[in-house]
Amino acid sequence: MILKSQLNPRAPEFALNSAAMLEQVQGLRDLLASVHQGGGPKAQERHTSRGKLLPRDRIDRLLDPGSPFLEIGQLAAHEVYGEDVPAAGVIAGIGCIEGVECMIVANDATVKGGSYYPLTVKKHLRAQTIAQQNRLPCVYLVDSGGANLPRQDEVFPDREHFGRIFFNQATMSAQGIPQIAVVMGSCTAGGAYVPAMADEAIMVRQQATIFLAGPPLVKAATGEVVSAEDLGGADVHCKVSGVADHYADNDEHALAIARRCVANLNWRKLGQLQVRTPIAPLYAADELYGVVPADAKQPFDVREVIARLVDGSLFDEFKALFGTTLVCGFAHLHGYPVAILANNGILFAEAAQKGAHFIELACQRGIPLLFLQNITGFMVGQKYEAGGIAKHGAKLVTAVACAQVPKFTVIIGGSFGAGNYGMCGRAYDPRFLWMWPNARIGVMGAEQAAGVLAQVKREQSERSGQVFSPQDEAQLKQPILDQYEHQGHPYYSSARLWDDGVIDPAQTREILGLALSAALNAPIEPSRFGIFRM
Amino acid sequence: MSRPLLTTLLVANRGEIACRVMRTAKAMGLTTVAVHSAIDRDARHSREADIRVDLGGAKAAESYLDIPRLIAAAKASGAQAIHPGYGFLSENAGFARAIEEAGLIFLGPPASAIDAMGSKSAAKALMEVAGVPLVPGYHGEAQDLETFRAAAQRIGYPVLLKATAGGGGKGMKVVEQESQLGEALASAQREALSSFGDARMLVEKYVLKPRHVEIQVFADQHGNCLYLNERDCSIQRRHQKVVEEAPAPGLSPAQRQAMGEAAVRAAQAIGYVGAGTVEFLLDARGEFFFMEMNTRLQVEHPVTEAITGLDLVAWQIRVACGEALPLTQDQVPLHGHAIEVRLYAEDPANDFLPATGHLALYRESAPGEGRRVDSGVCEGDSISPFYDPMLGKLIAWGENREQARLRLLAMLDSFAIGGLKTNIAFLRRILAHRAFAEAELDTGFIPRYQDQLLPAPVALPTAFWQAAGQAFQQSRPACVRADDRHSPWAAATGFRPGVPAQTALHLRCNGEDRALSLNPGSVSARMDGEHLVIEHEGVRRRHLAVRRGQTLYLEWDGELHGVSAFDPIAEADAGHAHQGGMSAPMNGSIVRVLVEVGQAVEAGTQLVVLEAMKMEHSIRAPQAGTIKALYCQEGEMVSEGAALVELEVQEG
Repeated sequence: MILKSQLNPRAPEFALNSAAMLEQVQGLRDLLASVHQGGGPKAQERHTSRGKLLPRDRIDRLLDPGSPFLEIGQLAAHEVYGEDVPAAGVIAGIGCIEGVECMIVANDATVKGGSYYPLTVKKHLRAQTIAQQNRLPCVYLVDSGGANLPRQDEVFPDREHFGRIFFNQATMSAQGIPQIAVVMGSCTAGGAYVPAMADEAIMVRQQATIFLAGPPLVKAATGEVVSAEDLGGADVHCKVSGVADHYADNDEHALAIARRCVANLNWRKLGQLQVRTPIAPLYAADELYGVVPADAKQPFDVREVIARLVDGSLFDEFKALFGTTLVCGFAHLHGYPVAILANNGILFAEAAQKGAHFIELACQRGIPLLFLQNITGFMVGQKYEAGGIAKHGAKLVTAVACAQVPKFTVIIGGSFGAGNYGMCGRAYDPRFLWMWPNARIGVMGAEQAAGVLAQVKREQSERSGQVFSPQDEAQLKQPILDQYEHQGHPYYSSARLWDDGVIDPAQTREILGLALSAALNAPIEPSRFGIFRM
Repeated sequence: MSRPLLTTLLVANRGEIACRVMRTAKAMGLTTVAVHSAIDRDARHSREADIRVDLGGAKAAESYLDIPRLIAAAKASGAQAIHPGYGFLSENAGFARAIEEAGLIFLGPPASAIDAMGSKSAAKALMEVAGVPLVPGYHGEAQDLETFRAAAQRIGYPVLLKATAGGGGKGMKVVEQESQLGEALASAQREALSSFGDARMLVEKYVLKPRHVEIQVFADQHGNCLYLNERDCSIQRRHQKVVEEAPAPGLSPAQRQAMGEAAVRAAQAIGYVGAGTVEFLLDARGEFFFMEMNTRLQVEHPVTEAITGLDLVAWQIRVACGEALPLTQDQVPLHGHAIEVRLYAEDPANDFLPATGHLALYRESAPGEGRRVDSGVCEGDSISPFYDPMLGKLIAWGENREQARLRLLAMLDSFAIGGLKTNIAFLRRILAHRAFAEAELDTGFIPRYQDQLLPAPVALPTAFWQAAGQAFQQSRPACVRADDRHSPWAAATGFRPGVPAQTALHLRCNGEDRALSLNPGSVSARMDGEHLVIEHEGVRRRHLAVRRGQTLYLEWDGELHGVSAFDPIAEADAGHAHQGGMSAPMNGSIVRVLVEVGQAVEAGTQLVVLEAMKMEHSIRAPQAGTIKALYCQEGEMVSEGAALVELEVQEG
């Protein structure tokens, strides 16, 4: 069925919504633009004066000209460390090399020498996870001083710390996911394993070095005095040690060799979908700005969003008359079939059952799932508990957790409580998860949390015979409201890599199309579901 | 006299003239026969013929110059007549005789007339008797240096050495002073020997500020001879005609008549039949001197056809069949003005080195009133080092000279050739030059305006690179994956989440390279078919932009530039390639090796002489040093880029 928009783009309300969203989008663009400056003009100048290309220029030269670059975690480490670590000092994303979608991880040596902060590690691992789940060849552009030594306890020892990078390289290589390293700067100690563990490694002469211990450590350990170049330069490793395979004169040469490496992968995408010729939606993408009310408390019909995302605005709804607060249906996006679950209100038992049923259909048919989250949670109250909302909710969560088809989540509004689980939050391994700038995330809404805490306090006060005045209540609530608002903001989430990025709503369709295509590198596996509590 | 039967015509030539002759022959209902060398198997002249005969070898001597094979080809194909075109055997009396002896018709003058004019010295003696004015010179049999030294002394320097059997600038040298005479004579003799199989030379006064004005004559077998007006071919480069026009600007009817009648006397003195050209030097005072007579159809005959409305090839065929000339001298038309330029595959920026290679892109200017293109190539053809690198001729006619000039400029503007260097831009600069527009013509034109006609190359402007980037990117074939046909990754949008789209390109053009970032916005440039349309401040301009494989050809400021992606790997390999080796500038054969291994040489010392395109090219030492190795020997064929000599450079 072709979705007919009920919105009037010329209505004052629409313009108001649009203006509010645009302001947030503009804020996002400005922030991203500053993140793209890396370590700033001075550090960049120092970097380029050595004949090195800036990391983003390296990526541009590595990619096919005009290739999209689906960057992830651009806001990583934003306002986290009390110092600027733009993009957490590592740029990661998917781009096309010789027609093959690859995951590219590039250290930004202009940011703290490219050293690994905890979030740098987390982002590197996230990029590898995306590569592994979607079976994307990895190209590492290495230019890093290694672990951030003052924070060694947060980057070195744990399961999801530095060592996991090499674990991932080994296991991905074992799975036939190519690992290519281009060493364009220093690559010391643990970092040395990035090229050493790679399937193919390229080094830039007079610029790249690989060693387990640098000259100062060697001198301290054995008294041997040796230059960095003689210890682990390209000449040593390409001609003597065999640690690296290809010798490059400069960055651009190295990147061209990396392109040749990818060209020789004999790469085939294994995901099979019945693809149609893509057609644009009937409504302009930037109308999405006007769809979401400026006042977050106002509901909106999620079909207005779907109509602006899917091919021809064509959406075949499933159980349209049942469990209506969860909209389910099939559509195509950039030609790829998708099964969409989208919130249109609070989740009731029927909606949860419908969602579980629909996910089973999608998995049976091998159709990727798209979750459009705008959820305050499951319905509460005695009637609903008695009606088994918990077991019905569990069905949805089970279905989401076990679904092996590619899952994509976009948080277009609220993402609260168990609603986050049922709608494929981060913990449910969607291939990608993005947030719109207006989105909010948290265990519950700020008002609810403050209300719950005020209620507890009031009861305590009343038990001890004290007065809990409205002023006391307001005083108690405000910091909680502030905290929830701060921590529920998408930038806060994105800075901690709870998502893969905050995106411009108007780019949602483009991003999803790229992600769907990238996901098709991996075969679509059959799903086996756990026990659905009946 | 019974009219000979002529139904099938063989053209013993190649390139544009073969195509041009066959065009008329076909129009007259004749069956056409092309002959071709091994590498011209699928050349255009061969494709356009009704019958084609393979002559075998690639070299001219083994194909287009091989008389027995040509006669055999005529017999095999049933041709009754042979048109020699120009060049090759067109002025070879032996060929004319062999054709007659085989019972075939030669579409040219009698062998005796070729003989008479073939030796320049003998010709001048004849002309003197016929009352045709001559330039002082020595045309004797003795060919020793002393004789030439004495003759040059008598005539006065500067003098001009010419091959007795020659034409077209081959084996021709200007000698400014006595000290140069020895070397120049030897070199000219070598060239003459290899081009014409005859080393004999003559020497003449080198007339200063002369114009080259020639008269087209036509004679039938009944004793009639006409002059079909004149052509001015003063725009020459090293005695090779570049621009030709008719009539000669500023020539009075009286002068035309005087020169025309002298030319007719010259033709009649040798019993001429068919199309011929009598070349004169016209000096600033209006005096003219006989230079030589070309006993063939000239390259530049189309300008005469344009102002007379005649088809000279048709006349050649009719005259050969015994018909009388259809006009009297009074009836010869002279209508409007025509200009021709010769289009060459050559590199004007590199001393006009002939260019060989693949015509990746070849677009002729659109036909139209007063516009004619005589060409012998098509897109996809290869230009080999074996023959003359002329691709064709552009001829424009107008009511007056200015109209013809503007038309020709417009034709040059819309002519597009990619894949090898051509002289189009050079021709355009000549035509557009103020002195040319003012008809200030003499044979010193090109050297005089050298700096303007061959400007030092300037770096390509940023606007060019941006346009090239857009065209290159937009013309790039989409990379469609068979396993994901509609993938949005294939759309080269440069998409970036949250930030403006970004496309990085590193391009190469004319030996320059530029890394650029295509920014959407500012200037709009989009491909529309084979044009890049650039809109700037409300003005839209179209630039031809055609992609051929990995190369985009973009027209910019009237020149077509080949743009390709910068290849860092090739660049690095080139950087590693051995330094100090001197390599062949083009395909050719080694005529002389002048040094030995271990020999010390000064900068500029001639090391090896390479002959290609019938011209000699010297490979010289770029700096002083010692010869470390020689990679070639005399007589060897070498290909472009082949290392010939390795030089150990002197330190310090």
